[in-house]
Amino acid sequence: VSDEGHAARSPLPVATLDDPQLQIAARHPRRVENLIAVAFVLGLLCMGAFGAAFWQNWRPWTLGLTLGGGMLFLGFGLISWGKYLMPRGPFVEERHPLASTEDERDAMSAAIIQRGTVVVRRRGVLGGLLAGGLGLFGLVAAFPLIRSLGPLPKKTLTLTNWKKHSLLVDSNGRPIHRDDLQPGGVVTVFPAGFENDEQTQAVDQTILIRAQTGNLVTEPGRASWAPEGYVAYSKLCTHLGCPVGLYEQELKLLVCPCHQSIFNILDGAVPKFGPAPRPLPQLPLYIDGSGYLRSQTGYDQPVGPGYWERTS
Amino acid sequence: VTPPSLHRPNTKREAQAARGPYGRLGQAIGELDDRIGIAKGGRTFLDKIFPDHWSFMLGEIALYSFIILIATGVYLCLYYVPSTAEVVYHGAYLPLRGQRVTEAYASTVNLSFGVRAGLLMRQMHHWAADVFLGAIVIHMARIFFTGAFRKPRELNWTIGMTLLILSLSNGFIGYSLPDDLISGTGIRILYSIVLSIPLVGSYAAFFIFGGNYPGNEIIPRLFIIHVLVLPAILAALIGAHLFLLVRQKHTQFPGKGKTEHNVVGSPMFPTFIAKTTGFFFMVTSVLALLGGLAQINPIWQFGQYRPAKISYAVQPDWYMGWLDGALRIMPSWEFTGFGHTIPFEVFLPAVIFPGIIFTLCFGWPAIERMFTKDTAIHHLLDRPRDRPKRTAAGAAVAALLFTLFGASATDVLANFFHLSLNAVLWGFRVLVIVVPILVGFVTWKICLELQHGGADIGKRKRAMVVTRTAAGEYRAVPSEVRPGDDHHELDAVPVPTLIDLDDGSVEVGAGNTRPDAAGVRRVIR
Repeated sequence: VSDEGHAARSPLPVATLDDPQLQIAARHPRRVENLIAVAFVLGLLCMGAFGAAFWQNWRPWTLGLTLGGGMLFLGFGLISWGKYLMPRGPFVEERHPLASTEDERDAMSAAIIQRGTVVVRRRGVLGGLLAGGLGLFGLVAAFPLIRSLGPLPKKTLTLTNWKKHSLLVDSNGRPIHRDDLQPGGVVTVFPAGFENDEQTQAVDQTILIRAQTGNLVTEPGRASWAPEGYVAYSKLCTHLGCPVGLYEQELKLLVCPCHQSIFNILDGAVPKFGPAPRPLPQLPLYIDGSGYLRSQTGYDQPVGPGYWERTS
Repeated sequence: VTPPSLHRPNTKREAQAARGPYGRLGQAIGELDDRIGIAKGGRTFLDKIFPDHWSFMLGEIALYSFIILIATGVYLCLYYVPSTAEVVYHGAYLPLRGQRVTEAYASTVNLSFGVRAGLLMRQMHHWAADVFLGAIVIHMARIFFTGAFRKPRELNWTIGMTLLILSLSNGFIGYSLPDDLISGTGIRILYSIVLSIPLVGSYAAFFIFGGNYPGNEIIPRLFIIHVLVLPAILAALIGAHLFLLVRQKHTQFPGKGKTEHNVVGSPMFPTFIAKTTGFFFMVTSVLALLGGLAQINPIWQFGQYRPAKISYAVQPDWYMGWLDGALRIMPSWEFTGFGHTIPFEVFLPAVIFPGIIFTLCFGWPAIERMFTKDTAIHHLLDRPRDRPKRTAAGAAVAALLFTLFGASATDVLANFFHLSLNAVLWGFRVLVIVVPILVGFVTWKICLELQHGGADIGKRKRAMVVTRTAAGEYRAVPSEVRPGDDHHELDAVPVPTLIDLDDGSVEVGAGNTRPDAAGVRRVIR
């Protein structure tokens, strides 16, 4: 640390009466004063209008225009005042070093170390006990605090409410009949009894598409899963869990509007494109005796995005 | 003789005399100074010099946007209900009447349409958040490219970076509060990002959301974070940011009269106070005009958030765009093995990548010092061209973030230009690597080119006289030296102080600098 800051002087001359820079910037102060006065009067009027607009509860744009105009004129006037009618400079201020002297630094270190030695080092056990007590308090306080924030995940992430023979219903609770959808038709379905609750909707949401009229085999081993062309996939994108809500009817593609992952519904919703890593889980369907769609079983894997505990 | 304690001034003149030469103000300052000792420091503060360069306004824009955020935010707090309990909407907006919505959504629509100036306040708040973050980012870029973060200002750089991250978080949390379809989708994505963290992800997600998604806890929790926790920390850190600014004094661009040992510009009082207050009004004006005339986040059009519903062309607010873009262009690299899954397609772009960017930013002063071995104290700023490598590095990172920002609109771009979505995505995957390299290289070259010019910056331009000789040859010759050609616009003088003298004249003091070489203080009048 040097003492340079004190030693070095600014090479600039000190202000004198003749120095043109001491003068205000305006060549015609009177004109500037008039201009500022006009701005302030306009600002005043705008603020009055703002008050009227607020009082009368006029439309938002009148409020914005009057408040914005008022602030604009007041700001313009005030800045002009500062810029043209006040000593302009530029002025100079000396900068003094922030650092203390070497002695002052040493004094601080010495104070901490010497007193610290007296207080702590000779009574290390006391310090340790104090730290231990406070540390334990921290742990104890942190545990219920964090633990009370929410339940443990346990198996919840792997479960949906789709079970054996769940009846497919739309968000109004109406069961889906085999004649309800034409080829190309789409509907979001839930297991009957769970269609009204946001909490279960978030997990159970399934997109039911009638791809064709004949049975559809999306993958080997799924021969009976899509009777009469009705195919159902979890509507939760395997990327980030957005609802895969866009169905491209002609190409038979499902598109996630969030990050444009694209799934082909004909081959088991394998991602064709985009960041989604896994196919959408497929729900095996059958048509019951009355012609309504039901699930053969639940999903054979967790739905939605990936996470650490997911096994496959 | 009357004891002094019993003496009461009985005339106006006596009362004035008792107050001293500076009247009521002087008396008030005296009383305050007796108690908290403000006169000396206060005087120094009034003399504080603010550089006049325009780029020093960027931080002011951020500060004033923050003030507007607080003011409008308090207004919104009076009407917003942070609850996901369902109610039937009966408010002023007809298309929603009779629908089941959450209290959060209903109260936000109600304060937009049913409360005096409510929509103006809400839109000003939203615009102010966008402007706030924009100003922070540009302010940060100015600090970076001019090397203002170097010793002794590393701590303030760190505080500034923390402010940026907290503001970004609070912006995201803020636009999630109305519980509309688009913001709800954002929260869903947040949940899945937390879920993607290896080992602790599902626990963290459950603790943040109070259970499996969506739960009923997240809106009240985000609310208290948005209106109390983060604003309090932001306010405290802004205070620290400004305290360090005053303590360390401003940096300044090099120029005639400007040294490492002084600051040249306008004094706090009255010039800067007038200008900056006016500028605060201007910022308020722009935000009021935006809030009143430019619609933002019309949640009544998006509708209530439902977990099974989604809208097309959903983008976050601009400052989250780079993360959304990173999520879009990331290949689907999910790792599965040993009975576990690591969703790298989410974890890398949404956790690791911003982690790297922010670590780079936080650590930049140290990183740069590793290369330059420069431990000196710097108050004079670099011109970006004079540090080509730093400038190129900064430009490359900025280019990367801008390209990612563009990538957050892949679907919109594909639609607008009638391109294949695949082509746009692959285009961005290439651009995100090519553009930063190209921008970095070009910036570096431009810096080197620019270094050759600029010696005459701040000086009056010398006119060139073009003449034609008898032989028909044209010549450009500099004109004669005119009066004032030597003057440099950055020439500076000390803060003047007017001191009333007993004889009625006024003395010009040299502010907190010294009298001139002769020790003379000149008298005005």
